[in-house]
Amino acid sequence: MTSLENRKPAPPAAGAVTPAVRATRSGPPSKPAKKKRTRRGSFWGSVLPPIVIVALLVVIWEVGVSVTGVRPQVLPAPSRVVVEGLERADIIWGHTLSTLQVTLIGFAFSLIVAWIIAIAIDFSGVLRRGLMPLLVASQTIPIIAIAPLMIIWFGFGLLPKILVVALVTFFPIVVGLIEGFNKADRETSNLLRSMGAGRWKEFTFVRLPSAMPSFFTALRISITYAVVGAIFAEYVGAQSGLGIFMSTQKNAFRTDLVLAAVAVTAVLSITLYLLTFVIERLVIPWSFKERKARGDR
Amino acid sequence: MSTPKIQLVGLQKEFDLGGGESRHVVDDVSFSVQPGEFVAVIGPSGCGKSTMFNIIAGLELPDAGEVRVDGQNAVGQREHFAYMPQKDLLFPWRTIVENGALGLEVQGMPKKKALERSKQFFHTFGLAGYENSHPYELSGGMRQRAALLRTVVQGREILLLDEPFGALDSLTRIEMQNWLQGVWSEYSWTAVMITHDIREAVYLSDRVIVLTARPASVRLELEIELPRPRELSLVTSPEFVAYEEQLIEVLHEESRKAFAQQNGAHS
Repeated sequence: MTSLENRKPAPPAAGAVTPAVRATRSGPPSKPAKKKRTRRGSFWGSVLPPIVIVALLVVIWEVGVSVTGVRPQVLPAPSRVVVEGLERADIIWGHTLSTLQVTLIGFAFSLIVAWIIAIAIDFSGVLRRGLMPLLVASQTIPIIAIAPLMIIWFGFGLLPKILVVALVTFFPIVVGLIEGFNKADRETSNLLRSMGAGRWKEFTFVRLPSAMPSFFTALRISITYAVVGAIFAEYVGAQSGLGIFMSTQKNAFRTDLVLAAVAVTAVLSITLYLLTFVIERLVIPWSFKERKARGDR
Repeated sequence: MSTPKIQLVGLQKEFDLGGGESRHVVDDVSFSVQPGEFVAVIGPSGCGKSTMFNIIAGLELPDAGEVRVDGQNAVGQREHFAYMPQKDLLFPWRTIVENGALGLEVQGMPKKKALERSKQFFHTFGLAGYENSHPYELSGGMRQRAALLRTVVQGREILLLDEPFGALDSLTRIEMQNWLQGVWSEYSWTAVMITHDIREAVYLSDRVIVLTARPASVRLELEIELPRPRELSLVTSPEFVAYEEQLIEVLHEESRKAFAQQNGAHS
């Protein structure tokens, strides 16, 4: 980017300068890539360390179990978890789909509610003062106490689970959005107003787009809660799902299958988490490029 | 003389600080700007320049006094002025041409037409070839030109520039002033510019208005009778230096007052 930085303004000859400028512009794409490799290492540089660490832990676990001869009901060897898990792969897969469904529907519902609340708060100081204490209070409700009540109130269907997922995930999104909207400062607001914008145009032209990076940060935090929330809701009572699967296997002392379900849960969470990066890059490519450009300087 | 483009008549503004206290920020500011004239407003920091600007731009209402455009009362009206804030405030999610079109889009022009209008200015503003770049790819000077482009594209009668080059390093600033001077003599916009920079004020403007320490009122109006177009070499000429000296003297007196005020307020 240095070549662009140093370009001097040459207005009368701007037309003549352009070809040279175009030539320098074709340069940058290759440059950051090179820099990235030297500083952060290659793709394998970021993927290898976690794999090695996990593999190491699994080996220690495997060896530890066979050396101490601990009973599998207490602590099964990882190999046993894998073998037993794979044997019941189709059952676990069915439960995974249920959990995924609860997670996604609950999270979608949570997103809708969070957006509505955040926008309403952005437009009204009264609502902000009135709602914020309630929202904070909602986060102090112990899920462990409320989840069984949800089942009593709404039965074993989808609804209580969706509500639990929404309850544990909407708050970070609301806070992320409200703070994001406020990133547009007074001066920006003045600029828009001078152009003739009212409150709604100010919102759509500035406040909404400037909130997107913090929205995605909040989204990442929330999506991991969503999976845990769904599993917790199922654990308390459900017809299918990883939560209820873990609960029944625990009661049967099948620790190996509980752990297999835990592993699936982890994979599910990580996948959804990584997915938010993909969506972020699709929805707000500018944010990613800008951050990268800043990092390069 | 024709009807002035802008006329400020006895502007007053006080801010309520709460607890029964208030701060008198603008006190009886009156001056006028002729069509096609470039006027620089200079004053000690914290003197209320920006508040005065917001009143002219229709973003704030004065407690008393009038803003007239073409002789008509224009208090609280925003449609006459294109406002350029101190920071470039280019939006990272918009390309440069889209940033340029912002004002037109806000005013309801279809996006395609707004982008075309914005594009027409790229050559003049030395931004040709950067239409589809994003702000972070541009240098400070280029960003500031893009911000000015966004201001000019709106096609409004009067430009209000709030320290347009304040954030630039001194070399880039000189180049920008030189460039603006050239473009301005071509378009002869009516413009009011706030600045801290005495040299910039003399170099660019037809008239310099010096404000007093807070509450701001007009301390001095100085016609700059230097021929246009102005060359950079002009700044070392005796006439130029004489204007500068005159301004420095008055301004420093006001700055000392402002400084004493601030110290008084803190002790």
